[in-house]
Amino acid sequence: MDVLASLLQGFATAVTPMNLMWCLLGTTLGTAIGILPGIGPALTIALLLPITAKLDPTGAFIMFAGLYYGAMYGSSTTSILLNTPGESGSIITAVEGNVMAKNGRGAAALATAAIGSFVAGTLGTIAITFLAPLFVKLALLFGPAEYFALMVLAFTTVSALLGLSLSRGITSLLLGLAIGLVGTDVLTGQPRLTFDILSLLRGIDIVVVAVGLFAVGEALYMASRPDMRAGEIVPIRGSIFMTAEEWRRSWKPWLRGTALGFPFGALPAGGTEIPTFLSYFLEKRMSKKPEEFGKGAIEGVAGPEAANNAAVAGVLVPLLTLGLPTSATAAILLAAFEQYNLKPGPLLFSSSSTLVWGLIASLYIGNVMLLILNLPLAGLWVRLLAIPQPLLYGGILLFSTLGVYSLNNSTFDLVLLFLVGILGFLMRRYDFPVAPCIIGLILGRLAEAQFRRALTISQGDATVFFTHPLSLALLIIAALVFVGPLFYRWRAAKLQSAKTAG
Amino acid sequence: MNRRTLIASAVALLLAGGLSLNLASTPALALDELRIIAPAAPGGGWDQTARAMQEAVQSGGAVKAVTVENIPGAGGTVGLAQLAGQEQGKDNVLMVNGLVMVGAILTNKSAVTLENTTPIARLTGEYEVIVVPGSSELKTLADLVAKLKADPGAVAWGGGSAGGTDHILAGLVAKASGADVSKLNYVPFSGGGEALAAVMGGHVVAGISGYSEWEGQIKSGELRALGISAPERVAGIDIPTLKEQGVDVELANWRAIVAPPGLNDEQKKALLATVDAAVKSDSWKKVLAAKNWTDLYLPGDDFTKLVASENARVTEILKGIGLVQ
Repeated sequence: MDVLASLLQGFATAVTPMNLMWCLLGTTLGTAIGILPGIGPALTIALLLPITAKLDPTGAFIMFAGLYYGAMYGSSTTSILLNTPGESGSIITAVEGNVMAKNGRGAAALATAAIGSFVAGTLGTIAITFLAPLFVKLALLFGPAEYFALMVLAFTTVSALLGLSLSRGITSLLLGLAIGLVGTDVLTGQPRLTFDILSLLRGIDIVVVAVGLFAVGEALYMASRPDMRAGEIVPIRGSIFMTAEEWRRSWKPWLRGTALGFPFGALPAGGTEIPTFLSYFLEKRMSKKPEEFGKGAIEGVAGPEAANNAAVAGVLVPLLTLGLPTSATAAILLAAFEQYNLKPGPLLFSSSSTLVWGLIASLYIGNVMLLILNLPLAGLWVRLLAIPQPLLYGGILLFSTLGVYSLNNSTFDLVLLFLVGILGFLMRRYDFPVAPCIIGLILGRLAEAQFRRALTISQGDATVFFTHPLSLALLIIAALVFVGPLFYRWRAAKLQSAKTAG
Repeated sequence: MNRRTLIASAVALLLAGGLSLNLASTPALALDELRIIAPAAPGGGWDQTARAMQEAVQSGGAVKAVTVENIPGAGGTVGLAQLAGQEQGKDNVLMVNGLVMVGAILTNKSAVTLENTTPIARLTGEYEVIVVPGSSELKTLADLVAKLKADPGAVAWGGGSAGGTDHILAGLVAKASGADVSKLNYVPFSGGGEALAAVMGGHVVAGISGYSEWEGQIKSGELRALGISAPERVAGIDIPTLKEQGVDVELANWRAIVAPPGLNDEQKKALLATVDAAVKSDSWKKVLAAKNWTDLYLPGDDFTKLVASENARVTEILKGIGLVQ
């Protein structure tokens, strides 16, 4: 077993006191930046790069990887407690997680997020260790046609988040699609919906919309209610940590979330957001009590949180084996490799095996550290909710504003943030769900660009989506997801009428 | 002190204080903060240039915190619009640009042009490679040219943004091969990573990029280089030129650095001095050697003149190959 021997060697590298300390530093810092909205791992690693230039590369990469994982652990905290996603991969977590927090189960939501992240991170690392070449092949199978089919499949997940009123949900989705159109078209360079405002040429940042709709919208809504001080939030109800029932309901979503997230991370246009949509949808479909979704179903936290951490593990696969960056953070890591004159790719495993295997071993250790770091904190964080609401929501507004400003140092983004915030307030006030809007924004852009790329390559031949086997398979799954429930309903109705007739 | 520098210093304190790191002593600070805009997604040539410049400036210790900001889209004209718009008059912002942006401004009919910037210096140049996947049936440039002549649309090219250097080279090669240039099938991707994946996965027939971006994959055999757009063979790169294979095309993709409009002479001089010091640093020289970038450093007014002449040349080329009416 070559791999096992190399891995053992890697552990020998990773458990030296110096490297353990780098790992601890990275994971701690990562958790902190994950909690702050707007500040992500890409920005932090970029800031650290010049400082680490003189370090031993193994130590530096151990720290960077810990930081990347840590950001995903931390980002769930504010999603759950304050309805303010720390990173875009945790948007879906806010949907169920925040309801749980309002029901007094915030600590349990934080715990299932932390343990789910641990399970996903560890399984993802195992997949890197043993299955990396397989996933690299899978990632390269995806061309524009396959991506478009995948986006179609992802769009079906919207149905899980539409809420009670179909027309309101669809309105929210279309709003997101329209916001996604704003900016310069990638394929032709033409400005769309920019109204001659230069700052709109680059499009509207997803983080601005997410923070505006969730955090600012929520704060404005709270402020608009006369009973603001009535203390509707119950800090803790029942056991602080997860009950046996909650454990039972969490472990399967953790595993399914991991299985969805890891391959997505390895895809060159994957990212951490889409697998969280898919995971939420899957959990709602698989649940015996789908009516609990939207009212604080723990599955809706456990699945997506596992998915975003597994996606981070997936990102490392094409980066280490092909030198192919699939996320902004991966691109910075690639620059870090170059800083040490290392070329990621097939040759890296042989030329720098100490570094690669030390890094992989440190991922296992980092995940354990993050679990130890985050589980006890869950009980501590949840006390945030005991802060009087006017102060709490004032704080949320402050951090949202700072976070969004730190994205691009753009005052225009701040104007947008509060405009979107007012929109978020109106949507809450009139019972429009906000999640479909975010999904439309993220998927709309990607789906359009990939659709047009596929048609450009095929010279306008639309059958390309059906002649590529992988694309066809994904479209068939999407169709089944859509038609399946209708068929069941039709059959149930038929059985019902047969019974009444008989 | 804004949030970024706050984090940077917090991190630096953590590292330096907690771990007693031996950080290089820093001379008097000219600037608190310098922001370098890379008007492309992370991973591409402009991003690499911006990050190399970031390291070089930081290595001199003249600036406390140097950050790189990625503003991708439309051949860099999105970033250009921001530079000319909300960054106007700021003397602590630089933006990487180059030949790609000259072309993109024309094809996108951008309202903002390079005249709305303060030119600082041309930095480097790089030649372009034409590649196919390692498993492709096309073995030589002649094979590709033959396929192109037979049906230009059947050759889907993957590369950078519309009207950029990659797009221009595809047009030039098609024209020089005697193929119908108006049927050129070019697929723009934003950022090097996505285009690389499309070529490696065989989703496009051929790919075009600067040599350094795909060097690793060419050396490992994942990609096969068919030709390089240099006037003659480049030392250390074992790829035949397009010219020696009978395709009479040469193209250098130069990269430069500019500042926002609305700066006075003093501010311009200070930025030029910062860049000048960075270009003469060991860190910069190391990057040039490691990435096979040719040093084409051309500061100040000479660079301003070059922008004007290149603009004229690119306009002519783009009109000739039908990318601009």
